Amino acid sequence: MNLPTLESINLLAVLPVLIVFGWTLVLLVIDLFIPSGRKYWTAWLGILGLLGAAVALAVRFIDARGAAVTAFDGMLTVDGFSLFLQAIFILTAVIGILLALDFLPRHKIERGEYYILLLFTTGGMMIMSMAADLIVVFLALELLSIPLYILTGFARPRADSEEAAMKYFLLGAFASGFLVFGIALTYGGTGTTSLVGVFNQLAEGEPSRDLALVGMALILVGFGFKVAAVPFHMWTPDVYQGAPTPVTAFMSVGAKAGGFAALMRILIVAMPAVGEAWGMLVAILAMLTMILGNVVAIAQRNIKRMLAYSSIAHAGYILVAVSAAQRPEDAPLAVSAAIFYLLTYAFTNLGAFGVVLAVEREDGSGNLLEDFAGLGRSKPVLAAIMTLFMLSLTGMPVSAGLVGKFFVFQAAINASVGNPWILAAAIVGIVTSVISAFYYIRIILIMYMQEGEPQVVLKPALTVALALTALATLILGIIPAPVFQLAKDALLTLVG
Amino acid sequence: MDSLFALIPLIIVFPFSGVVIGVFFGRRLMPHKDSIGPGLVASILAGASFVIAVLMFIALQGHPEGVEVPLATWMNITAGDRVLDIPWTFKIDTLSSVMMLVVAGVGTLIHIYAIGYMQGDIDEQIAKRGFEGDEAFDFKRRRYSKFFTFFNLFLGSMLVLVTANNYLMMFVGWELVGLCSYLLIGFWFDDPVKGVYNSESGKKAFIVNRIGDFGMLIAIMLIFWTFGTVQFDDVFARAECMQAESQEACLTVSAGEAVHEEAEGEHGEAARPYLTPVALGKIGTVTLGVVVTIITLCLLLGATGKSAQIPLFVWLPDAMAGPTPVSALIHAATMVTAGIYMITRSNVLYAMAPISGTAVAIVGAATALVAGTIAVAQFDIKRVLAYSTISQLGFMIAAVGLGGYVAGIFHLATHAFFKALLFLSAGSVIHGMEHGHHHAAHHGHGGDDPDFDPQDMRYMGGLKDKMPITTWVYIIGSLALAGIPPLAGFWSKDEILLDASLNNQLVYVLLSISAFFTAFYMGRQVFMVFFGRARTEAADHAVESKPMMTTPLIILAALSVLGGLLNLPGLHSLAHWLEHSVAHAHTAEFNISIAAISTLLGLIAIGLSWLLYGRKPVEAGQADPLRSTGPVFTFLNRKWYWDELYDTVFIKPYVWLGEFLAVTIDWKFWHDFVHDRIIGDAFRGWGAILSQPIDQGVVDGAVNGIAQLVDGSSQELRKTQTGYVRNYALAVALGVVLVLGFLAFRFLM
Amino acid sequence: MIPLHWFLLVAAGMFCLGLFGVLIRRNVVAILMSIELMLNAVNLNLVAFWRYLAPEHINGQMFAVFVFAVAAAEVSVGLALIISIYRNRDDVNAGDLNLLKW
Repeated sequence: MNLPTLESINLLAVLPVLIVFGWTLVLLVIDLFIPSGRKYWTAWLGILGLLGAAVALAVRFIDARGAAVTAFDGMLTVDGFSLFLQAIFILTAVIGILLALDFLPRHKIERGEYYILLLFTTGGMMIMSMAADLIVVFLALELLSIPLYILTGFARPRADSEEAAMKYFLLGAFASGFLVFGIALTYGGTGTTSLVGVFNQLAEGEPSRDLALVGMALILVGFGFKVAAVPFHMWTPDVYQGAPTPVTAFMSVGAKAGGFAALMRILIVAMPAVGEAWGMLVAILAMLTMILGNVVAIAQRNIKRMLAYSSIAHAGYILVAVSAAQRPEDAPLAVSAAIFYLLTYAFTNLGAFGVVLAVEREDGSGNLLEDFAGLGRSKPVLAAIMTLFMLSLTGMPVSAGLVGKFFVFQAAINASVGNPWILAAAIVGIVTSVISAFYYIRIILIMYMQEGEPQVVLKPALTVALALTALATLILGIIPAPVFQLAKDALLTLVG
Repeated sequence: MDSLFALIPLIIVFPFSGVVIGVFFGRRLMPHKDSIGPGLVASILAGASFVIAVLMFIALQGHPEGVEVPLATWMNITAGDRVLDIPWTFKIDTLSSVMMLVVAGVGTLIHIYAIGYMQGDIDEQIAKRGFEGDEAFDFKRRRYSKFFTFFNLFLGSMLVLVTANNYLMMFVGWELVGLCSYLLIGFWFDDPVKGVYNSESGKKAFIVNRIGDFGMLIAIMLIFWTFGTVQFDDVFARAECMQAESQEACLTVSAGEAVHEEAEGEHGEAARPYLTPVALGKIGTVTLGVVVTIITLCLLLGATGKSAQIPLFVWLPDAMAGPTPVSALIHAATMVTAGIYMITRSNVLYAMAPISGTAVAIVGAATALVAGTIAVAQFDIKRVLAYSTISQLGFMIAAVGLGGYVAGIFHLATHAFFKALLFLSAGSVIHGMEHGHHHAAHHGHGGDDPDFDPQDMRYMGGLKDKMPITTWVYIIGSLALAGIPPLAGFWSKDEILLDASLNNQLVYVLLSISAFFTAFYMGRQVFMVFFGRARTEAADHAVESKPMMTTPLIILAALSVLGGLLNLPGLHSLAHWLEHSVAHAHTAEFNISIAAISTLLGLIAIGLSWLLYGRKPVEAGQADPLRSTGPVFTFLNRKWYWDELYDTVFIKPYVWLGEFLAVTIDWKFWHDFVHDRIIGDAFRGWGAILSQPIDQGVVDGAVNGIAQLVDGSSQELRKTQTGYVRNYALAVALGVVLVLGFLAFRFLM
Repeated sequence: MIPLHWFLLVAAGMFCLGLFGVLIRRNVVAILMSIELMLNAVNLNLVAFWRYLAPEHINGQMFAVFVFAVAAAEVSVGLALIISIYRNRDDVNAGDLNLLKW
């Protein structure tokens, strides 16, 4: 066995994630010296670290010019795909911190650990997007998940937050049991844990393809849980409702993107040889997910729960794109559609939760749909922004959501030649988009048509976050081409 | 191909567009309560269909061999080594042309008649329910447009049936007309007094017809397995080919290349078809003759259902529960002739199976006789006509069974004229009686008899002076039905009797006796209804119907007089017309002694009825003169106890079996014992969690509309989110099972 | 030598046992133990695969080590949550975690 060299470790390539982790460890110490009541210092310092990582990322992006390299002796792959997703994670983390900045003190749960845990999970997501070995996939997943369990219960001793954390934890551990079992079977089927090795072994049909196939299915289950695909979605509404709202916002975007990052890398890069099998499974899951998510969202009266089901539904749309990537020749377009969709969804959903935060009251109430009544009159700008987010989630024109959906369905229809499952998934997607309009637009109607006195607290940090997300949603909706070009160039590659 | 033929799809498009209009705009076509918009639109569309039928007739003059006009591919399925290729193609030949003309022509007249009739019928219903104002208007609008929607649907379906070029498409039409029949028999399912009877009648018709349809389906499947196709021409070509060659050699033969070695005179040398072996899938191999005999007997079962023959005729008398135009159009003139049409269409197969032919003839003759005797002892004006219809259908069936296809179709056409005439006139009489009843009730003299039934002949009498036009057309129709020369019925019935006398003496005797009864019960009816003195106030105050109703009557009366011209002896115009499409059509030359005997029988019967009912008219409250025959009359009046027989033999055991299965086997054994005791306790927990929301979600959702479906299932699915970690984990585990199961099923095995 | 599939069968049995425990146990601690059982089944698998299929690379063995390291981390978080809940409610019955639903 070769010893690793400096070159094979390639620290420069993974500088962003090193910055995040390193800075977080430093911050853990610094935080000890920040008096409680001034924990916003930790937050701003955290944002500083993330900006540093962003700069490193940008440098790396310019430097690499699309070339893919490996790090840590083939354990990590730094390619366009992972750079794009790392950008999403950093953005999400920044906005997640901004959303929490005045929420935490207002709810009397301001502790520095919040930001540190958030940075840790962000680091886990970043590793997840680069993982080139099944061991790393598992570690990154746990690194992503465990801080999130804690963050979910951060509003302790509020009973709903604790309960949500417990449920998330139990089910998360349960699902990761399946995931790791699947990884073990894949390992058993191919004799290797590296994605390159899995790819090679599967391509040669050696040694036991059936075992790997079952392993693939269980891996799919594990990530299906993480991205909230039906029928592995049941935790989502409860956890989203119970978790503190900034955590919900962060989790609904970050954890989902992280799950998709690893899922796409494993399926598309390492397992194209069994693409027909997983493509069909993913298409079926996608249909179930879109139908159930959109249908059940209608019955919700709590907006966090409704957005949870909406988040389930959106996972379905991305799964359509994943399914469309089952043939190598269709994969590039489908993958770029998926990550572009993740980006638009990140902005829109973070923004929507930002508005929910603004309306939420200190005692944790104010999350019902009725609490939005009268927003159109008392806070016209906020209501307009919320309208934009809702339209974007529906997929209406002049919003990022439409563009994202368009690319996903375009990719799906492109790939559906000779594959009715993808076509069926795309059709279900279009139909359920129509259904989804019902509950998204209901919010708009409630804001403008019903009388009410919403209590809105809008502090500067939240305002910045809302402005940022709204602007991004609008710009991506009007001129999506430059960013989509970036997504197109962000190739998912097999290097090793 | 004559470009006129390209118009054929319109013959179906018109009535079906009427259905669409009726469904979506029907009520808007009726701005006020006396408007006839829906009826008018429906009648115009029916008329348009008739115009198309006429155009087809004209076009056929230049192409008597007929054409097939493809419209669309319906299905194309490879089944084993066979290809099931079923196009929706219109078959236009001389036979279908006759049917189109009769269906669309008579249909149009009855549509026009119904415009007026249904106005009155619905008003009658409104009066029964005591609706007023807007409620009454809304009810009328709803029902009036609904009626014509159904009527157009029927017309279109019947035309699908007769224009089909294959058995399956014909079966589609066959089922559709059955559906319309059901819908229209039970049209007044909500009648305050007779609603239950009406809907029960509809159900009876539907269920009894199912038995026939079962035979039909078996026949179609056998045809496909034997001949590898269900298209008429190909089936017949291959059938003829198989008599000479092996099955394999013929499976690719199609109509165009058929070898017509022996188109004529098949009857004498039917020995050969019994020898060609035919492979029937996994069932085994039998000879062609056996298969064809089974096929044709199954087709006969279908025909006995739709054309109301023994043993399945019991539904037709109860079908009179529908409004009178329905009885006239569906249950006398058109739908019930579908069986005759189908057998005629399959004449090549029947020619190969002489046993089946004889069976058909015997069934027809027996039905003719049984129904004819029952009609003698009925009091309901429409019931008499219903049994008469069954009897006449028996004549036609007997004719086609004996190979007298021309005679059968001839009688079908003339019967359509005069039976439609009789039914519509009967409707007119009923209308008049109801009117008289109201008038009498209004003026407070004797009109409050709670048992009053406007259809009961015992309440009538002396209507000749009140309703002159109706009386005259009724008499014309009756004479035509009785077979008195020179009216239409004489010529067609005579031809059937002639065929029978040449081919099968037994059938001839049976038919002659029923012809005698026919003349007798028609005479009885005419004398009871129109002559003598009014037996009730209602009959005394009856009035003639509106011209909207009488005009079609007059046209039909004219047709009943002149219908014989279709196929006069010596000219045989119908025979020459049909020989292009019915390979085994033949006619016998006019025989004066047969004609004389039948005419004589008819006249004697009418004379007898005059003796009993005309010379000394029945007075109010007086028993029917035939009552003196005692048990015989009761036997006939109770329809040979046919319904009671079925009730005892089939329905009671069936109900008993059903109860046994439901109560003892299913409930006590399976449910109480196996489920609850053995399985239930173990699985109750999971079952409740899983089935309740799904079951409720599915059931609730299906009932409501789509929006409610989504909303409802949303509410229900939401309940799967029970809040228990255990259930969530179970969902994940089930998901794993499903994913792995799917994978195993799809990719590992 | 004991054939590979014996190990796989035992591991699968353990996994199912753990799965069953998660589904039927009410006490959160017991559920947690069941999950651990599932993870240990995986470990058994990993080590068996490593030993029989690819003993020349250390991957499988290392993976098993990682799995129980991660499992330990999970348990620490899980027990912390359990204690927090126990302080609040005096009870760690999963059936009582039923505030959030529908």
